[in-house]
Amino acid sequence: MKRALQHSLFWPCATLVLLIALNAVVNPGFLSLSMREGHLYGSLVDILNRAAPLALVSAGMTLVIAARGLDISVGAVVAITAATAALLIGGALNFDGETASRFPMWFALLAALGVATACGLWNGALVVGVGMQPIIATLILMVAGRGIAQLITGGQILTIYYPPYFYLGSGYLFGLPFAAVLATVVIVTLHGLLTLTPLGLFIRAIGINPAAARIAGVRSRPITLALYGFCGLTAGLAGLIISSNVKSADANNAGQLLELDAILAVTLGGTALTGGRFSLAGTAIGALIIQTLTSTIYSLGVPPEVNLVFKAALIFVVMLLQSPEFRAAVRRVVVRPAE
Amino acid sequence: MNVLDRRLVPLAASIALFLAMVAFGAFSYPAFLSPQVFLNLAIDNAFLFIVAIGMTFVILTGGIDLSVGSVLALTTMCAAALVEKAGWSPWLVVPLLLVGGAAFGAVQGLLIHRFRLQPFIVTLAGMFVARGLCYLIDTESIPIRNAFFTTLAEARLPLGGGNALSSGAVIALLTVIAALWIAHASRFGRTVYAIGGNAKSAALMGLPVGGTLIRVYALSGFCAALAGLVMTVYMLSGYSLHATGLELDAIAAVVIGGTLLTGGVGYVAGTCVGVLILGVIQTLVIFNGTLSSWWTRIVVGMLLFAFCVAQRLIEGRAEKRR
Repeated sequence: MKRALQHSLFWPCATLVLLIALNAVVNPGFLSLSMREGHLYGSLVDILNRAAPLALVSAGMTLVIAARGLDISVGAVVAITAATAALLIGGALNFDGETASRFPMWFALLAALGVATACGLWNGALVVGVGMQPIIATLILMVAGRGIAQLITGGQILTIYYPPYFYLGSGYLFGLPFAAVLATVVIVTLHGLLTLTPLGLFIRAIGINPAAARIAGVRSRPITLALYGFCGLTAGLAGLIISSNVKSADANNAGQLLELDAILAVTLGGTALTGGRFSLAGTAIGALIIQTLTSTIYSLGVPPEVNLVFKAALIFVVMLLQSPEFRAAVRRVVVRPAE
Repeated sequence: MNVLDRRLVPLAASIALFLAMVAFGAFSYPAFLSPQVFLNLAIDNAFLFIVAIGMTFVILTGGIDLSVGSVLALTTMCAAALVEKAGWSPWLVVPLLLVGGAAFGAVQGLLIHRFRLQPFIVTLAGMFVARGLCYLIDTESIPIRNAFFTTLAEARLPLGGGNALSSGAVIALLTVIAALWIAHASRFGRTVYAIGGNAKSAALMGLPVGGTLIRVYALSGFCAALAGLVMTVYMLSGYSLHATGLELDAIAAVVIGGTLLTGGVGYVAGTCVGVLILGVIQTLVIFNGTLSSWWTRIVVGMLLFAFCVAQRLIEGRAEKRR
């Protein structure tokens, strides 16, 4: 019991279970799952599907934060990727109802993901090559990124008329939402890569003490660069899913505040913002918590505007719980009466 | 090259850039050099001036304040709701909101100092709180018809030759003067620079590090609230979507003005030049007529990049090899 309590995933899991229980009490149909036309339906599946883009971005963000970095440009990268994909696929509604894409879909997808990875590598180059603080290095792309996305879309909201593209956001694979399957595959593969190869150890070493890691022979610069590139790639995947979901690319609003949600998901999952300690599983649970919270707020009939305040309250609580000074202060208050 | 010279290099570069842009504007568009174009820089960017000045002090301590845009929006929202819907007197609302902004900042500063939390995350959460409270008050824009605000909106300070400054611009200029005094002639200002240089040394010297940090964030919150009032007058409305992304513009202005993000080095005057540069970019885009508004963001991003790289070169690579 004590070991379970001390496990780093205990609190994130408990929060998620609590939220789901709250939903189940308020809305009895919440936990029910049904098969329709070979697809799994239900509120839980819906949450899983909607949490996919956030989970992907957060996975990339986890690794960057673990190596003492931060990427606040992911929202802008989502907008750029969505714009690129929408521009390359485009498609037009013909009179006979036939639709066609401007370029083959595989090309558009690869190009969009390539652009996203390039954005990530640019961030990485600024951090590793130029030696900027991560917040500032990624701030540049955050500021310019939406401008670039608007440049690509020409200031319009690009609508996509190409049904095969919609599979990414609303298709089903093995009866499960494709986006959720994709996010799961990426995170599980990543987890395998980090535990089966020394990569995870290297990232921890860089996060705990960059100088010591370098002296110990960890090639921290290429690794850090690659982590930023990967974070860009995950933001790109999220951008494709999001644009496929809404069947359009909106340079101003796609991925708005996504960087904040991603950082929140990472923190909720127990990853230390100071680097070193990280948990991919925790991040995935963190993303699910945020999405469940959003759904809860909708289902409770609370105005969705309150969502932001809820999230802020969550950040404050998690932040304070992670602060050793706060724990010491609480301990003093709690212990004193017992003496 | 002595230390003082080195510190002035970024400021000199910003001023040179500003002059170059003005020269380009004057060369390309004959109407560009009229005095009112420059006065408009102060009128249209009054709130950015005020916010960026608060941000300068925060960045000088080595911190950052991402909540300013949302606090500004919350101020416009509260002002509109209290004056128009609740019917409170503006003479009560204005001081109340200024104190409220300072208190909001002070709480953030307290969390940052007392519990050693990262300024970035604390003010990020503060940004959520303030923006969320805006939505709670109202999701729609609230127009203002109160005589106090409409009179201020129409008030102009004539400067001769048909040129004039708005009340917001006058407040911004007064803020700049006050900030120059605080930064360079007050004990508080010197402590801010000392903390940014090295917080531990400042503490060992007996300087009140904690109190100063809290006051710096309070100052930034106060500036955001003041800017919010200026924007309320400028827009004559309270809206939860006012000033989205303003924190980025403010940070950009501070950086372009030559303040080092690591803290300890920078000038309030530099920040003013930074705001002017952002304003001139916008003016040039408008004068051009064919360029779309998003070019402003791209150019600001490019400038930010250039200045950050230049900063790194000035700092020297040797000391960063930790």
